[in-house]
Amino acid sequence: MKKPRIMIVDDEQSVRSSLREWFLEDGFEVETAEDGLDALKKLDSGPFDLMIVDLKMPRMDGITLQRRLHEVDPGGTIIILTAFAAVDTAVEALKLGAFDYVTKPVDPDELSHTVRRALEQKRLTEENVRLREKVSELSSSSPIIGGSPAMGHVMDLVGTVAETEASVVIRGESGTGKELIARAIHAASPRRFFPIVAVNCGAIPETLLESELFGHEKGAFTGAHYRRKGKIELANGGTLFLDEIGEIPPKMQVDLLRVLESHRFTRLGGTQEIESDFRLVCATNRDLEALVKNEAFREDLYYRINVFSIDLPPLRDRLEDIPLLTEHFVDKYSRSMGKPPKLMTEEAVELLQSYDWPGNVRELENAIERAMVVGQGNRIRSEDLPLRVEQDAVRPRERSLDALESAHIARVLREESGNVSQAARVLGIDRGTLYNKIKKYGIQSG
Amino acid sequence: MTDEILLAFLNDFRPSWSEDLRRRVGAATDRFVRADSLQVDLRRFHAPEREQYHATLLLAEMLRHRPAGAGHIVGITEVDLFIPVLTFVFGQAQLGGAGAVVSVMRLHADYYGLPANEGLLLDRAVKEVVHELGHGFGLVHCPDYSCVMSSSTYVEDVDLKAERYCRDCLDLLAHPPETRANRI
Repeated sequence: MKKPRIMIVDDEQSVRSSLREWFLEDGFEVETAEDGLDALKKLDSGPFDLMIVDLKMPRMDGITLQRRLHEVDPGGTIIILTAFAAVDTAVEALKLGAFDYVTKPVDPDELSHTVRRALEQKRLTEENVRLREKVSELSSSSPIIGGSPAMGHVMDLVGTVAETEASVVIRGESGTGKELIARAIHAASPRRFFPIVAVNCGAIPETLLESELFGHEKGAFTGAHYRRKGKIELANGGTLFLDEIGEIPPKMQVDLLRVLESHRFTRLGGTQEIESDFRLVCATNRDLEALVKNEAFREDLYYRINVFSIDLPPLRDRLEDIPLLTEHFVDKYSRSMGKPPKLMTEEAVELLQSYDWPGNVRELENAIERAMVVGQGNRIRSEDLPLRVEQDAVRPRERSLDALESAHIARVLREESGNVSQAARVLGIDRGTLYNKIKKYGIQSG
Repeated sequence: MTDEILLAFLNDFRPSWSEDLRRRVGAATDRFVRADSLQVDLRRFHAPEREQYHATLLLAEMLRHRPAGAGHIVGITEVDLFIPVLTFVFGQAQLGGAGAVVSVMRLHADYYGLPANEGLLLDRAVKEVVHELGHGFGLVHCPDYSCVMSSSTYVEDVDLKAERYCRDCLDLLAHPPETRANRI
């Protein structure tokens, strides 16, 4: 376990050395500073879990130091040391956010108790932030739906790579669910109790991307009023997910490569090296090999990130998953809109399965959401689907026999309310054959 | 430097249980322990405004008196000890160093208004001496409340713990300092 770091700021040498010994015996890593200015300088050696600050000091007193610390690190934990006569000032310090104050000379038990409470509160606060992120991550994530052999293969790969530390590149067209796969890898990995931190490299201007990834110190650039942790630092212990990695600008590629090699970096405007233990997962809809060939993407970075690759099939190559996906989205929007679940008419399902889906699963979800809004009654009809679907769907298009068979079986099963015997009769095949086909196509019959 | 430990009873303080203390400290630390009296001018460490004695300065004095043959020296006194920022300390040691001091003043039951109890005083003194020696061997406070290296800020904490190092602390003692795990 890492030793907690504590800084003791007091102008009296005897107090500094006494407390230093006291906390060393308690297993802390201890730094001392003789006044506020000295303390600010020593902050460059890295973050402290706790600071014990005297109120009355030359050059910079405890209150001023506290204000400065608050600007640099608003979440820092401070315990004020004060003489009995300065309790009023100590109360001011509490109003400024100090955890507590102790009066010199301090009862050893009181000091020990206050320090433990401060560290426990800090631990709980950090855990709270981590759990909030986790809850938000879980509540915003969608399950991966699909019983097709193509998605089965993808999930096998996810299972294989999740337990390793290997960097992963997820490739696929827009809307195929690359981020869902990244989250599935994280959720199945030993790092799942730490956050997955996502950055969309294509959606952030180059000037902001650097700060987004590496963080910045106060005053690093105009508008940097506070120290800010970057996504790389926040991903410590967990997974860093870089979406649209193919869009990352050349200079950032160099910086990123350096971090991936050492897992160390400095915030913008900072000098202190920070370590972050993260696992990297990237996603792209670009042809990375072509980008490398055209020298738009560094070859050394390519090899660093592309240890394991997962290709997500476009929806048009797994049309047999459409009934399941549709059912999932209908259920999702029924709940969020407070409407009873709707069934799809046969024509509507056929329409969905006849379409190319250039926007993939995201486009399907949007189509179902719209149909749930505009549709009347308890069924979604083909006319409830977005016009673009209808127009495109009338075009003749190539489809595999398997896809058609799977879709037809799914539809009949749905119409027969999941009754396999009845569905087999309608299809003109025996129950055993139907069960085999249900298994083959991964159709949910219930 | 040898493994020998010198228990230095300061000035006229030489309780009837000093031999028991020597024997039990030896058993707990598995080292040869010698007990002797040591004359020290305590007035130099006296803080009249607090009516207490400066533990850190006294500790430095102990180191000056460490005989060539002793690996560690522990000064044992009846006077009340303090370090500047704290109201009192039961004892003080150098982490990984050769010196320590222990005060028995706050280990007496009658200090807390209870009937005097020599047996209890001896138990407490053994634990405090073994605890401070543990710091001298490089151990920090142990999270196991029953281990002699657990932190004691009340005398009741001292009573709760045993006078021996727990298995984890013994394991740490068996390994060279650079391989010891950090903990709190």
